[in-house]
Amino acid sequence: MYLFGYRLPGMSSLILWGLLWEILGQMEVSFFLPPLTAIFSTLGEIYNSKAFIRALYETGYSFLAGVFFAVIIGIPTGILMGKNKLLDELLLPWVNTFMSAPLTALVPVLMVLFGFGLKSIIITTTLFAIWIIILNSRAGVMQINRSLVDMANSFGASPIDAFIKIYFWAALPEILGGVRIGFIRAVKGVIIAQLLISIVGFGALFELYSSRFLMTHFWAVIIVLFALAFTLSELLGMLARKVDYYASKRN
Amino acid sequence: MSNDQVENAVTVKNVYKNYGDVEALRDLSLEFPKGQLTSLLGPSGCGKTTLLKIIAGLLPATQGEVLVNGQQVNKPGPDRAFVFQDFALMPWASVIRNVAFGLELRGVNKSERESIAIKYIKDVGLTGFEHSYPHELSGGMRQRVGLARALSVDSPVLLMDEPFSAVDEQTRRKFQEDLLNLVKNENKTFIFVTHSIEEAVYVSDQVALLLPRPSRVSEIIKPSSFKNKDINSIRKDSEYLDTVERIWKSLRSYVE
Repeated sequence: MYLFGYRLPGMSSLILWGLLWEILGQMEVSFFLPPLTAIFSTLGEIYNSKAFIRALYETGYSFLAGVFFAVIIGIPTGILMGKNKLLDELLLPWVNTFMSAPLTALVPVLMVLFGFGLKSIIITTTLFAIWIIILNSRAGVMQINRSLVDMANSFGASPIDAFIKIYFWAALPEILGGVRIGFIRAVKGVIIAQLLISIVGFGALFELYSSRFLMTHFWAVIIVLFALAFTLSELLGMLARKVDYYASKRN
Repeated sequence: MSNDQVENAVTVKNVYKNYGDVEALRDLSLEFPKGQLTSLLGPSGCGKTTLLKIIAGLLPATQGEVLVNGQQVNKPGPDRAFVFQDFALMPWASVIRNVAFGLELRGVNKSERESIAIKYIKDVGLTGFEHSYPHELSGGMRQRVGLARALSVDSPVLLMDEPFSAVDEQTRRKFQEDLLNLVKNENKTFIFVTHSIEEAVYVSDQVALLLPRPSRVSEIIKPSSFKNKDINSIRKDSEYLDTVERIWKSLRSYVE
């Protein structure tokens, strides 16, 4: 962004919004909106408390396990769907349904099936992330340069070789795009799961702070969560940009 | 097996290819003599690339058979290597890995396939670019990589699908001269698809003229007298010019 000819560093607009927040907070417009400085000082107090570290660990664990399964299952499924018409016809309606379905409504069903513990939380997280990963991997494979596939076949590539050495790499830019969005959805998924299934992790903190109207604490946790999600998404974005050069070379 | 089949590296017998109701090839038969370069020449839509892909085993024929060294084939094999019009390089892999990829798929170990790749990278004049990536190379250089990859698997038959159509004219002429040397020095059979009359006459021992609707071989032309001349004087040779003219006369009625 440029202002009066000067190039502003990325996300300068956040400073403006932060200032506005601080002013509104100091004016005590609503109990819901404490001053930003108060939020950060609370954050300074709680970040090394036992409860916070435990919440961070529990949430991080469920999140990572959830996205791990989403990636491990989602990418191969998407690639196979892009390769195989029959499989695509079979699975695509389901993927599209779940993609747009209100997954939160499914959580009670998962609780019945998988209990009230970590397992259900991880499965919920996976379910939030996996569909977009499948769809993007599929889209990546479907626009593979046909002659790359012919090339692999002409040199006698086995299906597994073609899968690992051609399809995966050729679809990588789209796959990474899908993984990035999947990760962001998984952040949503893990918190919703923690609120609905068993009150652990950041979900428990949200529940605790909002029920006691501890708004500075509440916002502090939201900001931590936002910062984590944002960093993760930016890291994946950087990775995606690294392979962008060959996505644009495709014809 | 008749003597005739041994002399021909590739024989196409009564091949039909239909796409639904569309007849791409009808009863097409053609022989490709060993050690020679045969061009498949014709206007777009005459099925020349389809025929090449059937020979490569990348497309199944609806009917008919393809023999390579007397053996019927219906899928790709180590006896044939393919050079693609759009190069078909892996953008995520370096030049050396691209060149060695055919060998990699055949299970040749890394140090061995890389030393073979280095030799062919040198042969096509790309020494120093082993660790470059395709997007860092010009179109002509990329096709050299594609050619080195096809050569490195050392197949007796080389299938080339309009390999020079995506490079600029100067590079193209250089490639054509290089190809003549390649045919002379390597004991391989080349099947070369092109839509350029001059190119076909220039590089070929035999030109198969394909005509569309339905696709068939209308004529086989074997330019002879200028083949042993100096590369630089071919384009001035009177037989060369006459042959180009003759092919154009046959083709012009198909160009509207």
